[in-house]
Amino acid sequence: MTQSTLITDEMRSYIGRESEPVTVEVDKTACRMFARAVGYTDPVFYDEEEAKRRGYRSIPAPPGFLGHPVYNPARPQAGSYLPPFRTTVTRNLNGGTDIEYFDDICAGDVLTMTSKVVDLQEREGRLGKMLIIVSEMTYRRGDQVVAKMRGTLIRY
Amino acid sequence: MIEQKVYFEDVQEGQEIPTLTVLCDSQRLVMWAAGSGDFYQIHYDKDFALGNGLPERIVHGALKHALLGRMLHEWIAPGGRIKRVACQYRGMDLVDKNVICKGVVTKKYQQDGQNIVELDVWTESEDGQKTTPGTAVVVLPSRGQ
Repeated sequence: MTQSTLITDEMRSYIGRESEPVTVEVDKTACRMFARAVGYTDPVFYDEEEAKRRGYRSIPAPPGFLGHPVYNPARPQAGSYLPPFRTTVTRNLNGGTDIEYFDDICAGDVLTMTSKVVDLQEREGRLGKMLIIVSEMTYRRGDQVVAKMRGTLIRY
Repeated sequence: MIEQKVYFEDVQEGQEIPTLTVLCDSQRLVMWAAGSGDFYQIHYDKDFALGNGLPERIVHGALKHALLGRMLHEWIAPGGRIKRVACQYRGMDLVDKNVICKGVVTKKYQQDGQNIVELDVWTESEDGQKTTPGTAVVVLPSRGQ
């Protein structure tokens, strides 16, 4: 019989619970900075006129970019994708990313993102005891779901 | 104006798509931190990385996901659209090495009037280790359109 030591009942109670919505803005400068960081040379990510010629409403969000949360300094946790888990493992590694797009996302879009934990697992790995948290984020523009992201976070 | 290089009719299952190689040096990782908003110090502070039990500063997983997206974009632009990119960060890539992105077509079909192509995608390290296996779905234009 395996004994779970990292995952508490309180943590399990978060599974499936949808977070409060977080506002996520997609703006031109952020799209350009993201595109430059990835090394794009395609002008569609830098020049709004070129983007419009190619059928986009404005500069498209480059693949992998879903905007930046609007931070509220009075509620610093509001930009976090995760519930406030209290664990003995505090170091983070990204385990995986899965993004599905249902529509173009472009500069000027103001999205709302809700997140929920969909799975919690515990494993013993080369970094010791690991907690694996799988979350699902849903991005909406108005009522329309424009993207879904599934992220795997490893705490060790 | 960027010319369309690939159409749905041209694609075959088993076909490799053009490789993308990107040197992930410290400048790239800092640009990624600024662009993505991920300021976790294991990616740019060597002492912090070593203190976390890592052998060096490591390449952000999400940067590798985005590089796979760039490889797909550069293959299908301007007329194609990316529908899904998924990958797992199985192996660490250390700073100052090339990350090599590759992809192979696994399936092509039409659905709801769209020309859909599924792929296996992954990144390799310089010594040939598949560090980031994944899958992707793209929509391609047709020559007839």
